[in-house]
Amino acid sequence: MSEPAEKPPGTAWSGLTEQALFVLVAILVPVCLHAIFRAVPTEEKMGVVQRIFYFHVPSALAGFLGVGLCALFSALYLWRRDRRLDLLAHASAELGVMFLTIVLLTGPIWARPVWGVWWTGEARLTSTLVLWLLYAGYLILRQSTENPEQGARFCAVIGLVGALDVPIIYYSVEWWRGLHPKVLKISGGQGLDAEMAKALTLCSTTFILLFLLLLLQRVRLGRLQDEVESLTLVANRRAPYTEPA
Amino acid sequence: MSAAGRDTPPAIEARGLSKRYGPLAAIDGIDLTVPVGQWVVVLGHNGAGKSTLLRMLATLLHPTGGNLRLFGAEAGRSDAAPLRRRIGFLSHQTFLYGHLTARENLEFYARLYGLADPEGAALEAIGAARLSHRQDDRVATYSRGMQQRLAIARALLHRPDLILLDEPFTGLDRESSSRLEDRLRQARGTGCTCVMATHDQGQGLRAADRVLGLSDGRLTLDAPSRGLDPSRLDDLLHGSSPAPPPRAS
Amino acid sequence: MTYLRAVLLVAEKDLKVELRSREQVVTLLFFALLVLVVFNFAFDFTVIDFVTLGPGVLWVAFIFSGVLAISRSFQIEREQDRIQGILLAPIDRSAFYLGKVAATVLFMAAVETILVPVAVVMFNFRFNSQTALVVLAFILNTIGFAAVGTLFAAMTTSTRRAELLLPLLLFPAAVPVALAAVKTTTHLLAGHPFAAYSHWVLMSAAYDVIFLAAAVLLFDEALEE
Repeated sequence: MSEPAEKPPGTAWSGLTEQALFVLVAILVPVCLHAIFRAVPTEEKMGVVQRIFYFHVPSALAGFLGVGLCALFSALYLWRRDRRLDLLAHASAELGVMFLTIVLLTGPIWARPVWGVWWTGEARLTSTLVLWLLYAGYLILRQSTENPEQGARFCAVIGLVGALDVPIIYYSVEWWRGLHPKVLKISGGQGLDAEMAKALTLCSTTFILLFLLLLLQRVRLGRLQDEVESLTLVANRRAPYTEPA
Repeated sequence: MSAAGRDTPPAIEARGLSKRYGPLAAIDGIDLTVPVGQWVVVLGHNGAGKSTLLRMLATLLHPTGGNLRLFGAEAGRSDAAPLRRRIGFLSHQTFLYGHLTARENLEFYARLYGLADPEGAALEAIGAARLSHRQDDRVATYSRGMQQRLAIARALLHRPDLILLDEPFTGLDRESSSRLEDRLRQARGTGCTCVMATHDQGQGLRAADRVLGLSDGRLTLDAPSRGLDPSRLDDLLHGSSPAPPPRAS
Repeated sequence: MTYLRAVLLVAEKDLKVELRSREQVVTLLFFALLVLVVFNFAFDFTVIDFVTLGPGVLWVAFIFSGVLAISRSFQIEREQDRIQGILLAPIDRSAFYLGKVAATVLFMAAVETILVPVAVVMFNFRFNSQTALVVLAFILNTIGFAAVGTLFAAMTTSTRRAELLLPLLLFPAAVPVALAAVKTTTHLLAGHPFAAYSHWVLMSAAYDVIFLAAAVLLFDEALEE
């Protein structure tokens, strides 16, 4: 474990998965773009801006997946104390924040022409913002800790508390506005056009795969950073001792 | 020293004890057995891992590798509380509340340790530290030396079997230092075990039966203090031999 | 040493230290008052009804002073490594946590008891039987705020950005109690029946219980340096 040169177990497997995912995502992204801009009919009430929906919703899915995985890996880390689990938790949180950022950017762009406002107190949007703030705090906390082991433990605590908080935040924000009119019925309700549903499924799958690809890459990067750090340490440590004692 | 029988478990028994902070190993696989009644001094430069080792022995830090038994009991994550009752820890930080008086401080700790007569124990300890005349003054108004005397009284309040001292002489004038030495000698008479970390070799050698050298989180020296030449200590500590010499019996 | 006695011992010690540093108590009260004054200038309360904005203004004053109180309470333990003295004692570490939460809640409750009547006077509202209940509603939500805050403060005070990090993490996490406190108080001031806001009270209670329990389990991880 202390020897940085030795390859950690599971590297070959994750390398192969990473390559496979890369190829898959590289093929799927252009297909998605085609579906969004060519294949899917324009929504009759909202017009062309509604197409942002195929980025907005899959990003939200990936973002919440990040938050969920972060909590899962945090719990596993506190149980097993394995650095790899911590890297996974960290990467999940980072990707969660990134995808939630996309959600928060695309939301207002969509809302402005359709609802006539940039921002509303809509429960999903507001709780996404609160969640984004919380996990941005998680990333800042990680930057501020004294050592990686402390960062791992502290962030695991935040990851778990955050996940417990998600449903409570959602309900509190929803109750806050009273019973608001559901402007958009995405799930069920009036139902999506078959073509639209197909495109949404396609885009969602692509985003989830993209998420997994980035997750693997981020974990690999984290491991390389660890390796660099331990090599630097070894180098620094050896230096004074190679001189004549 | 004390008559530690062959079947009494040692005060400290560490196997492959490690503490890693990410890639950095503060303590890197230490094997150490300290029999009951032995006084051990740990020497090493700043950053050698002395504090980390002591804080692990005190159950303040959880090891990331290896295991630790104190008085024959596993010093685990969950049930260290009964063990802590037997440990006294003193560092150059006083652990005292400046806004509280000496008596309030010691009574608070006496109650935390569940002593039978907290008021009595506190008063007695203050008397032993010769601070009775100031016992109802706030600790913040004390001089550094007086605070350290009170800190010693606090660390020994519950009559621990294992005393851990982390650089206890730092920042003390000569008079306070010799008082501390007196107090420790007194404690030694009761047969307790002690591990002291210091970078002051003279102070260390005078007080101990056994000397450990710590460098980069590894033991580089383990020898009885008697017959050890202080002038050769630096060579022994950081010298040519990378492998730890055989342990003292 | 029973668990409860350890909790009370830590709480008693905390309050004693808090009250001894008199300048601290006064400064915090003054700070909370200042927030009220700032809002008094920012909004024209002859036009805006106190019921609409008052609860929010009060909660803002409380969380700003609360986050300072929590941060300071843990900073005291980190100075002189006092926290190590407590961690060395043969008590359950969660007892230490609960003791600190209890002290913070009592302290904040005192601030709230003083500040609510002050606000009523300052914003020309009227005293009625509901005013006391308003204080209780704030205290109920303060428990949850202190529960999460104390857990977070244990971590943030040992990092490099102690003062800044605590509100950064705590405010988003405490959004549910913030909303609950404001809504409950609004309903109370408007004189609505309990049924109109019972779900908020329930949510506050649930938040308190959930996060106290979670923190008791996680506190050990947050303490170690």
